Amino acid sequence: MEQALKDFHWGREIEIQQYLQPLTAKEALRMLAEHEGRALVIAGGTDVIPMLRQGDIEADVLVDISRLPEMGSIEFEGDLISLGGLVTHAQIASSPLIREKAGLLAEAAGTVGSPQIRNVATVAGNLVSAQPAADVTLPLLALNARVTILSPKGEREVPLTQFFPRQGRPAIDCRREILTRIRFSALQKSQGGCYLRLSLRKALALPMLAAAIVVAVDKEKRAIKEAAISLGPVAPTPFRAWKTEAGLRNAPISKATLEGAARTALEEANPRSSLLRGSTEYRKAMVKVFVKRGLSRALANAGAALAEEI
Amino acid sequence: MKDLKLAFKLNGRKISTKIPPRLLLVDLLRDILNLKGTKVGCRQGECGACTVLVNGEPINSCIYPALKVAGQSVTTIEGLSQGEKLHPIQQAFLDEGAVQCGYCIPAMALTAKAFLEKNPHPDESQIREGLSGVLCRCTGYRKIVKAVQKASKN
Repeated sequence: MEQALKDFHWGREIEIQQYLQPLTAKEALRMLAEHEGRALVIAGGTDVIPMLRQGDIEADVLVDISRLPEMGSIEFEGDLISLGGLVTHAQIASSPLIREKAGLLAEAAGTVGSPQIRNVATVAGNLVSAQPAADVTLPLLALNARVTILSPKGEREVPLTQFFPRQGRPAIDCRREILTRIRFSALQKSQGGCYLRLSLRKALALPMLAAAIVVAVDKEKRAIKEAAISLGPVAPTPFRAWKTEAGLRNAPISKATLEGAARTALEEANPRSSLLRGSTEYRKAMVKVFVKRGLSRALANAGAALAEEI
Repeated sequence: MKDLKLAFKLNGRKISTKIPPRLLLVDLLRDILNLKGTKVGCRQGECGACTVLVNGEPINSCIYPALKVAGQSVTTIEGLSQGEKLHPIQQAFLDEGAVQCGYCIPAMALTAKAFLEKNPHPDESQIREGLSGVLCRCTGYRKIVKAVQKASKN
């Protein structure tokens, strides 16, 4: 019994030797370099701590970046929105400006975990965890966000579309580097967005399926100029439905267009059967529903609502 | 593993102690400071039984490194009443009979306090959303929600 408890996450201690709290980014990088490979960046810790406890990851040293300056706020630089690496889900969900200028992101942020989790969990952490079902990752992917990564060699900017090359392995090394900033453009007047999520409960439940959609429209021609559709979890990584998007470029705003998009999405998305999330058949059927419904709502939010019922 | 210094405010009082770096906030509160009002449930940030307030905001103390509270202000259920005088939320839980086994109640009361400070006039669905981070396995939500309604300014 005692051994069973030890093997279970509940009884397990987190085996770290040091917990460091740098006050500058430079100091943080130095600490990571000093304990090369054995140190890990922690911010909110809502993923890192459970993963350490369950033995999914190992680290001797945690470098807590939550005191680094100038990373905790949401900033607007003209049409560009910039989120510091320490901005939490709660900040995003309650920001009137994010609600107005990137409503789908605020919507998604408000669905994560619980108020307790959202108060602590950072948006950057959601990206770094690179889970295919990550809620705020999907709208940021559809908004073509770019992330700034600070490494000992300097700063680099990576488009989120290139940030998830492989399952669970984002294009950042959290034993050496820090995600400092997330940037994306505010939605324009000719654009509309929407976030849809299907889950077993309203709180503390990962999505069975989620979709983030952004459309840009030409209102005079009644056409979709461009659409961005991200879906999760339908693949090993957060997924952009590129084929579906290509089919929507310059397509007329019509029920037929949306139905075509739903069919293409069904071909390119591959949800697995999961006891937790439902059968492949059900989730595939819901991919179709979400693409149609999501596009229709995004179009309405862009001021170009469909004339027919879907 | 070297112990590290930690100074913070707990229920209005200054605390200064030395702790191992791996310690999580819930274990500091329960095992070292002997405040057993904060409960341990799932130990993975799901059930919310370990909820305490850090700078007035509810967090899950079972996945929160204790050293994070350095220089911050922490409120546990022990800090809610003023001596013998119950906080209005505690009184409302009593009046409504909102407590069954009681295990989730410290977390419910603290979460409700933080929630009502931000939303003094909530409707029922807002209360349910506000409390959604704490699970009651007696499923006694109805009376808990009623108690929070009573403690609100409606």
